Amino acid sequence: MRVLAAMSGGVDSAVAAARAATAGHDVTGVHLALARNPQTYRTGARGCCTIEDARDARRAADVIGIPFYVWDMADRFHADVVDDFVAEYAAGRTPNPCLRCNEKIKFAAVLDRALALGFDAVVTGHHARLGPDGLLRRSVDAAKDQSYVLAVLTREQLAHAMFPLGDATKAQVRAEAAARGLAVADKPDSHDICFVADGDTRGFLAGRLGAAPGDIVDAATGETLGRHEGAYAYTVGQRRGLRLERPAPDGRPRYVLSITPVTNTVTVGPAEALDVSAVCADRPVWTAPGLELPMECQVQVRAHGEPLPATLVATPEGVRADLHRPARGVAPGQALVAYRPERAGDVVLLSATITSASVAAGPGVSAGSGVSGGPAVSGGPGVSAGSGGSAGPAVFAGPAVSGGGAG
Amino acid sequence: MTYLDHAATTPMLDEALEAYAATARDVGNASSLHAPGRCARRRVEESRERIAAALGARPSEVIFTTGGTESDNLAVKGIFWARRAADPRRNRVVASAVEHHAVMDSVAWLVAHEGAEVTWLPADDRGRLDPAALRAELAARGDEVAVISTMWANNEVGTVQPVADLAAAAAAAGVPAHTDAVQAVGQVPVDFAASGQAALTVTGHKLGGPVGVGALLLGRDVPCTPLLHGGGQERDVRSGTLDVPGIVAFGVAVETAVKQQQHFAATVGALRDDLVERVSAAVPDAVFNGDRAERLPGNAHFSFPGCEGDALLLLLDAQGIACSTGSACSAGVAQPSHVLLAMGADDDRARSSLRFTLGHTSTRADVDALIAALPGAVERARRAGAVKPAR
Repeated sequence: MRVLAAMSGGVDSAVAAARAATAGHDVTGVHLALARNPQTYRTGARGCCTIEDARDARRAADVIGIPFYVWDMADRFHADVVDDFVAEYAAGRTPNPCLRCNEKIKFAAVLDRALALGFDAVVTGHHARLGPDGLLRRSVDAAKDQSYVLAVLTREQLAHAMFPLGDATKAQVRAEAAARGLAVADKPDSHDICFVADGDTRGFLAGRLGAAPGDIVDAATGETLGRHEGAYAYTVGQRRGLRLERPAPDGRPRYVLSITPVTNTVTVGPAEALDVSAVCADRPVWTAPGLELPMECQVQVRAHGEPLPATLVATPEGVRADLHRPARGVAPGQALVAYRPERAGDVVLLSATITSASVAAGPGVSAGSGVSGGPAVSGGPGVSAGSGGSAGPAVFAGPAVSGGGAG
Repeated sequence: MTYLDHAATTPMLDEALEAYAATARDVGNASSLHAPGRCARRRVEESRERIAAALGARPSEVIFTTGGTESDNLAVKGIFWARRAADPRRNRVVASAVEHHAVMDSVAWLVAHEGAEVTWLPADDRGRLDPAALRAELAARGDEVAVISTMWANNEVGTVQPVADLAAAAAAAGVPAHTDAVQAVGQVPVDFAASGQAALTVTGHKLGGPVGVGALLLGRDVPCTPLLHGGGQERDVRSGTLDVPGIVAFGVAVETAVKQQQHFAATVGALRDDLVERVSAAVPDAVFNGDRAERLPGNAHFSFPGCEGDALLLLLDAQGIACSTGSACSAGVAQPSHVLLAMGADDDRARSSLRFTLGHTSTRADVDALIAALPGAVERARRAGAVKPAR
């Protein structure tokens, strides 16, 4: 096949391209220029956006012996990933930009262009398995598995994707890179968000959204416990960085329960208020064929999150996962990915975007619509957004985690 | 391999390569006083004389450099600094909007870091400069102008400028004029003295010499502040140990290229005309860019509506055909050509262009290979262009 290898300048994509070439494919390497004003050199270990990364990719292509080009995707990346990232935070949600980049850039803009130019597939260094059966499975390296950020791909997109690293651990990839003479063999892993140059997501958002001071309110008492400089800077489940002016009435730690852009309020509460057992999601992508709801499966609700046993049911907006045990770590905007455990590797069944989570089964409420979710008393339908519950029990610890870049 | 990118660099002439090899083993710093040094110095001076003779300059006007970029930087910045130092009112540079980046970015640097002012001379839709515009600019504020820089022939679209008229306008105003003749030497007649220019850039690797050696022809009475300080070589204008084998090979290449210029223009020009005719027949909506008459014989330049130049380049490259989008690169990312934009092209047309340049090794088989591959590549690139991301 004629394949296009997306080469970030990292070790994974270099080995993926090399493996594709060794397998006999006619490989062309492409580095995607995503930054509008690329830095000359990397700062720290993040990113695939510097001229140095482009040079690393080019040198890898030289060693593999394949043609290499740089494609300018900066404007498209900015519109579909960066602007979306900012808008999602502004709406009180927690986006995953790597997922969005796979969905809109690597397997949309790049794939479309590649197909038009006569290529048959796009090769990336993602750690996930994609077999001849067309099913997407977790990598053998559980710690590096990136199936979560690929689950958003449609079957059509997957039909033109190639992930040569799914059966390798990261350590094996590095060893293979060294054996192949690739200089990136010991290049540090990228982490965090590639377009947030210094890793300061809050500062990045503040620079784009401006200061918007508001109240931090206790869910139980309605009391104002502190002030914030912008509700967008918070993520459901966050504990650190709240800088409350006074302790909560019960003296216990407070976590972000919900973000309400309309009133610019961050609602906090005790840890147990983060427990949810029903996760609603919209815009489902049916990754695997022949699925019927309801079904038993495992769900993952954030990058590198634990698989949670659940029953997946259909809803008017999409799907709902009824968790068999309550969980924390569910933030609107993140992906709900359903897996079927298999010995040959857990199979990705479906991906959808989390809209809300609640303590019991029910449609929940849209945290993104600016309302703190009522804890849906009975779980019956008809609990509408805006019903004004006191505590929006949704969750998660820490700011948005990307879940790994292009590899 | 079909090499259609001679304007980027052209293969070394056999004579030049032999001269290089014959010199490279010999030890001797041209600044040394002993016998090996004198031998090296003699070879440098012989080359200087050859180049001067071939280009209508005096030997003392030949300043050896590392090539086009250094010569352009030296001329633009050096003459600007020297002239402004002598008369602080002269704080302006006049340059054309279609210059190579070596000139454009030197001017931009002077603006950003030296407080210089700039007047960009416009080009018409064929890339030609208007001497009347230069005359008007100099009439309005010639006493503010430190230096003028207008290229002899354009590296992208191949348009040859009205060099004599531009130089005459500069001379009438008493302002030194520099011309980047990197693409011109060997392709069209170039005579420094007759041109009336104060400074002229030439480089080896565009005419069959080695990469990394070139010259600035600098009139003896033209003040120029050095960029590089050190041993005082090259009239104190350009310090640094001279690259003897490079200079010898460069001298041979210039002499040979100039000697063969008429033959080159006739044969390569005919091949180019054939290429243009057949490209136009194979891709009827291809837009020919530049001037048909006042043009470098080796240059053909087209826009292919609906295509992106870099997609075409990739597709042709995959079939063993090397050409260029002709535009500047930053981290390998193609920017729309400033030359085409200056000629009035819109962004899409500027991005849809390809440059094919022929040279002394080009054959009819090269053109045949291009014509065989081009229609299919254009069709594919057009399909890819239809899905191109919104910019």
